[in-house]
Amino acid sequence: MQHDEVIWQVIRHKHCSFMSKITTGIFCRNPYNVTGICNRSSCPLANSRYATIRDHDGVFYLYMKTIERAHKPNDLWERVKLPRNYEKALELIDKHLMYWPKLLVHKIKQRLTKMTQMRIRMRKLALKTREKIMTTPRKEKKREARREEKAEKAAVLDKAIEKELLARLENGIYDGIYNLPFNKFLQTLDTDDLQAEDENEEESEVEYVEGNFELEEEDDIEDLGMKDYHIGNDEEVDDDDDDDDDDDDEVNAVEEQRVRRKSKPAHEKSEKDEFGKKLKKRPRIHVEVEHEGGERQKVTF
Amino acid sequence: MGGKRKTNENEGMEGEEDSKHNIKKMEKEKSEILPSSIKNKEKRSAVHAKLKHQKKLDKRKKLKARDAAAKRALELGEEPPPKQIPRTIENTREADETVCMPDDEELFAGNDADEFSAVLKQDRTPKILITTCRFNSTRGPAFITELLSVIPNSHYHKRGTYDLKKIVEYANNKEFTSIIVVHTNRREPDALLIIGLPDGPTAHFKLSSLVLRKDIKNHGNPTSHEPELVLNNFTTRLGHRIGRLIQSLFPQSPNFRGRRVVTFHNQRDFIFFRHHRYIFETKEIKQSESKGKKAKDTKGESISKEKVIARLQECGPRFTLKLVSLQHGTFDTKGGEFEWVHKPEMDTSRRRFFL
Repeated sequence: MQHDEVIWQVIRHKHCSFMSKITTGIFCRNPYNVTGICNRSSCPLANSRYATIRDHDGVFYLYMKTIERAHKPNDLWERVKLPRNYEKALELIDKHLMYWPKLLVHKIKQRLTKMTQMRIRMRKLALKTREKIMTTPRKEKKREARREEKAEKAAVLDKAIEKELLARLENGIYDGIYNLPFNKFLQTLDTDDLQAEDENEEESEVEYVEGNFELEEEDDIEDLGMKDYHIGNDEEVDDDDDDDDDDDDEVNAVEEQRVRRKSKPAHEKSEKDEFGKKLKKRPRIHVEVEHEGGERQKVTF
Repeated sequence: MGGKRKTNENEGMEGEEDSKHNIKKMEKEKSEILPSSIKNKEKRSAVHAKLKHQKKLDKRKKLKARDAAAKRALELGEEPPPKQIPRTIENTREADETVCMPDDEELFAGNDADEFSAVLKQDRTPKILITTCRFNSTRGPAFITELLSVIPNSHYHKRGTYDLKKIVEYANNKEFTSIIVVHTNRREPDALLIIGLPDGPTAHFKLSSLVLRKDIKNHGNPTSHEPELVLNNFTTRLGHRIGRLIQSLFPQSPNFRGRRVVTFHNQRDFIFFRHHRYIFETKEIKQSESKGKKAKDTKGESISKEKVIARLQECGPRFTLKLVSLQHGTFDTKGGEFEWVHKPEMDTSRRRFFL
């Protein structure tokens, strides 16, 4: 007991390796400290009669130090295992620390409470799943970004999609819907055979005919060509009749329209934001322009 | 570079018939000294510069000769000499034995027996549950609303703090066919987890380069017709499986009148997602004799022929996915059986791709 004051004076004013000062206060990092604050009454080094609770693997132990054993550092701390039950632990503490200063006993009980609460919370958390944060080395991230950019350039996406759509059109999946028939009203001024390219040439009779709602079912996998589709009705027969009527009126307008249409592509590209409008406009224009030509022209001339 | 030349030199000296490279050049350089063997820096750099210059001149000469030959052939009306095919990464991809062949019985049998066959055969209509990770981000909600508009019959539920396994159970009870979890990191959507149900595979994708609809110039607004699906370049067995997984998210009866197309294009293991509205149009192409390709029959007359093109208007988000892992059952990182996991050692070769 007589050394305590000296020890405290030395520690506090000179140097204590357990003391850590931070902005909010002075703390003691000694594992045997009850409150954790660097205080005259809480310093385990400067109090020859002291007690703490420490936790080992989820089991709480009461540690006591008395002045009788101060000269035997090896046996200095007496350890008592505390029961799991909170109330029983409190009783045990009372029993062991019966004649000790009340302040210390109070602090120990507070510590016990806090630690049991922490124990409960830790066990609950361990049952829940937590996300584990994994880090990626920076080199990999950059490498991936670089490769992605190059892959994007290599995949000319717009062209690939357009090609695929045209291929589907050729295969006849959209048969009932668009009237851009191939190989039927083929237009060349000469009468040569159709070549592979010619499949794509035809007239601009895009008539959106109502009524025929043939929803076609198909598997959309492109790579295996697994297409079970039912080709819709051929509406081209109906359309011919319609076109005939239109033609007689507007054959003269054909040449004009043709000229006008040549300048269209230039416009199309610049006015992409009028797409919506175009969608509505298109049919009317297409109906007028009649390249059905070969036969028609012969008739008029 | 010097080393390569040296071995070629040796080869040239020993067996010229064996050498695969251009022998003439090697012979010329045989008599010259390698720049790397000259110790004097100035002299060495001078010799190296001269060699480089020489190579450049040779290359230009070759190019000129090639162009001249092509032009001459065109004028004469013959076939131009065949164009050389440039070497690309796709051309030189490492041969993969798991590439799907078109007439593979085993593949079709596998398809019938796998988890998606119910949805793909239209026994069940796809019903998607979209949710996020526990912390949502700045761009997350916007992305999710766009996803909701892209994928028909999809529903969004907030995450709360439920375990993913509980969510899977919940979804099973409510008859969903897939779950999509959008994962966020650093306030950006970062990963996509697609879980097939009832006990379907779990695919974990890394999400990058997300561009929302409002950031796309001249974007269009998608309608609610069922979209068509385009899946490009899913060649291997793994790719095929992923393709089917993606396919099971969408309804199997596309509405062609809606003219909506959703594309998942695989290029070098990156899956690019695009969402367009398309329209077929006829475009006039003026042809003159010199072009020659299309108008082989007409001489001296320029006709305007028409060909059909497809025009696309982009709507909806645009993002890139990369597969990180594919697990056999529903989400279970600890106990699950992984069919495919990405490991860093798979990145060592630049010509090897898995999808």
